[in-house]
Amino acid sequence: MTATAEPEIGRARLRKEDARLITGDTRWTDNIQMAGMLHMAVLRSPMAHAKITGIDVTAAAAMPGVLLVLTGEDVAAEQGSLPCAWPITEDMLAPPAPSLAVDEVNFAGEGVAVVIARSDYEAHDALAAIDVEYDELPVVLDMEAAVADGADLVHPDLGTNKSATWVFDSAEAGTGADVDQAIADAEVTVTRTFRQQRLIPAFMEPRSVVVDPGGGSITMWSATQVPHILRWMLAAVLGIPEHKVRVIAPDVGGGFGGKLQVTPEEVLTLLVARRLGKPVKWTESRTESMLSAHHGRDQIQQLTVTARRDGTVTGLKVDLLADMGAYLRLVTPGVPILGAFMFNAIYKFPAYRFTCVNVFTNKVPTDAYRGAGRPEATFAIERLMDELAVELGMEPMELRRKNWIKHEEFPFTTVCGLTYDSGNYEAATDRAMELFGYDELRQEQARRRESGDPVQLGIGISTFTEMCGLAPSRVLGSLRYGAGGWEHAAIRMLPTGKVELITGTSPHGQGHETAWSQIVADRLGVPFEDVEVLHGDTQSSHKGMDSYGSRSLAVGGTAIVLAADKVLAKARTLAAHLMECSESDVEFASGQFSVRGTGTSTALGDVVLAAHVAHNLPDGMEPGMDAECTFDPTNFSFPHGTHLCATEVDTETGAVKIRSYVCVDDIGEVVNPLIVEGQVHGGLAQGIAQALFEEAVHDESGTLTTATLADYLLPSAADLPHFTTDRTVTPADSNPLGVKGVGEAGTIASTPAVVNAVIDAVRHLGVDDVEMPCTPMRVWKAVHQGKERGVPTTPVAAGGLGSIDAQGGAE
Amino acid sequence: MRITVSVDGVSYTDEVEPRMLLVHYLRERLGKTGTVVGCDTSNCGACTVHLDGHSVKSCSMFAVQADRHEVTTIEGLARDGQLHPVQKAFHENHALQCGFCTPGMIMQSIDLLADDPDPSEETVRHGLEGNLCRCTGYQNIVKAVRDAAHQMRPGAGPEAEQVAPSPSHAGGGE
Ligand code: FES
Ligand code: FES
Repeated sequence: MTATAEPEIGRARLRKEDARLITGDTRWTDNIQMAGMLHMAVLRSPMAHAKITGIDVTAAAAMPGVLLVLTGEDVAAEQGSLPCAWPITEDMLAPPAPSLAVDEVNFAGEGVAVVIARSDYEAHDALAAIDVEYDELPVVLDMEAAVADGADLVHPDLGTNKSATWVFDSAEAGTGADVDQAIADAEVTVTRTFRQQRLIPAFMEPRSVVVDPGGGSITMWSATQVPHILRWMLAAVLGIPEHKVRVIAPDVGGGFGGKLQVTPEEVLTLLVARRLGKPVKWTESRTESMLSAHHGRDQIQQLTVTARRDGTVTGLKVDLLADMGAYLRLVTPGVPILGAFMFNAIYKFPAYRFTCVNVFTNKVPTDAYRGAGRPEATFAIERLMDELAVELGMEPMELRRKNWIKHEEFPFTTVCGLTYDSGNYEAATDRAMELFGYDELRQEQARRRESGDPVQLGIGISTFTEMCGLAPSRVLGSLRYGAGGWEHAAIRMLPTGKVELITGTSPHGQGHETAWSQIVADRLGVPFEDVEVLHGDTQSSHKGMDSYGSRSLAVGGTAIVLAADKVLAKARTLAAHLMECSESDVEFASGQFSVRGTGTSTALGDVVLAAHVAHNLPDGMEPGMDAECTFDPTNFSFPHGTHLCATEVDTETGAVKIRSYVCVDDIGEVVNPLIVEGQVHGGLAQGIAQALFEEAVHDESGTLTTATLADYLLPSAADLPHFTTDRTVTPADSNPLGVKGVGEAGTIASTPAVVNAVIDAVRHLGVDDVEMPCTPMRVWKAVHQGKERGVPTTPVAAGGLGSIDAQGGAE
Repeated sequence: MRITVSVDGVSYTDEVEPRMLLVHYLRERLGKTGTVVGCDTSNCGACTVHLDGHSVKSCSMFAVQADRHEVTTIEGLARDGQLHPVQKAFHENHALQCGFCTPGMIMQSIDLLADDPDPSEETVRHGLEGNLCRCTGYQNIVKAVRDAAHQMRPGAGPEAEQVAPSPSHAGGGE
């Protein structure tokens, strides 16, 4: 059977990865057992901010099975400072970030000591015997208070809680007009403040690290998204020669940005394994994960939009406070900056200014979480468009339609200077409205309002775009990011005709083994089954930038295509040589080279074998048919889509039920529609969870009170609706596959759709905002406070048919 | 304490600490690493196995409580190279991404189908409430379970799993 009967690209192949995952034949890091392997456990600070005045480990060190107990002081000379690869401004302030706190703890959950014992149970027993004395310091939790004059300081040495201020101004950049002028000239101005609550990535596989220091070099297995970056950073932080470190990411159970990190525990496991000369394993408990793995989001967003009375937007001003937590981890400061280019979204704003102040608090550091910066931006602008619609008395979709980039206007350079290559917002929106039954739902909404139904219907819109395919290296450089954004692929053509594809991407659920096999099979005309994908081991896959930012297909997939084309180019030369014809007469289809106009042909496999034995090669041709490519994109890709959510809000209990959810995404061409749909579903679940369920909550002493899955509300199957998904296709111009990326779309788009729907359901009761997550309590309070305030003075524009009020607009 | 447990058709006798959790016994003593741990509060269901044919969270019981019982893990489902219909349905409906929740989901789904061989979407969603998945948004899991129900009529009960130890199970038995 050859794989060419049906095109591989676009085919709903069942996944290769599944075979091991459904039978339990998996290779999670925590599965690894080695002779003599020891176990590390970490003692974590219960204090959010304190001086460490003494640590007594004598009792712990004497416990059975305990080999070693180390404090921060013991490793101070060798642990270095955890890396931050994104100094967003020249004068950004960054405190030293020890893996183990030395004399001060800055968040509850920070490691203060480690025990290494024969078993995990013994290591944990000994933790309880360590005695730490703390001298409490004032705890800084609230961002607004943290930037006020005279605030208590997280890091007194820095003299401030502000790490950096980052500004983009379209007038200064020459990409647009002056926003202050737009505000001065505005016919309508709407200002709103939104809170992006703190979230926890909560990948299902807890993090785990195993380090084998034997054999003169160090091998680390880690549940990481970024084995290549990790290897580089370990070398940089610890001064270990990079070529003496091998990092392996075996099966990794989800990441969502949460495993895009160089963690204290990776560093510590390495240090103790090296010190003891034995393999050491560390696996976190769920509670540890919640307390110490980085969190996401956490911004206060103040936005001002200006518009003409007819609904044309004229300017957008964004002021952010972004919570860094206590330290700057790998890309902590850059996350809000990724959002800077997305607040203007799909709309033609002529003037824009974005200012972000990064703030230290005594909380777990924040960093990438699915969407990283872009969900925050999308939420704010989509919420604000609804508010503007109300202010103008316009139907919210009509307002969006009036302002978005029309399909014939692509490529379009935005007020941020990004060039959106392709898109068709009309097509996606029309399809979504049709699937949703938009008009019928608006009619039902009007009926329910009129009848005073205790359960009100709301309709929420989110017309989003995102920038993904991170990223053109040059752009990253201009944003002061410490690395490039290219990706690497290598193809090994084996003498029996089988193919090994080596990729620098590092999947943890995305199905790269399947999708990459499809790309290779499509390009080379080899059977899908004959392709093996090698990844996640810096020894076999020596070069890569790993998986995050919806980059793997757009960047890594392109590298595969280009590497395959190199294989074919060389094979064509050799085929011509073997068939004794001119290269220009050689045609290639379905894995066969043939001479145009003759019956002569030879299979790719035969050409590969000929290259391998090298008995008869053209002069100067190297033996073998392997090829590799490093691809650096010249632009981002810009998926977009329209998401519509209908919620039923019980005004008596505050309970929110999603009645229907429709999304139509345009992610360009699709390699495997099955995988794409799965990515969309999972993304929606996470975005909806932000809207309705999840929040990392701290008490006033800085203790995380949502540190278990009993308290941090990950949605279950019973909490989520059935999703209706569809796609429109406008191919990306920026890569040969025409793909845009899908990993983050669902998460980015869905949060505002849901919150807009919740507010739309009760806006006529005087509600114009509900903070996330929109819990029954919050919704109920909003409804009741709204009622106390009385009927809103603004016309209720989102209120369906007939709501387009000619008198529209507020004072 | 000395326990004798049958796991995936093989009988094991071991000395264990009374506090050792069943999941740790399975993973660390028996190398049954197909069963995983996702939380410490019995919320995620990643550790779900069958005890005498009914699903239990192996993180919330001690190994000693499994003494003289039969445990089936994800690794014991396939028979003679044939996947269990629920395993197959998970594959065919793309009901997994990272796959970390999958063993628990599959074990719980089999239990659910034993109770209700033709569950509605609602029933499946509620039946899987104690199993968390961060990747899939559940839609394809629900689809897979209902698909398996159709494939498996007249229903997968405990009997369906309790195939008599085949000759390849050389490790004894009681
Ligand atoms: S490990 Fe989470 S329920 Fe057992
Ligand atoms: S597939 Fe990853 S947690 Fe369910």
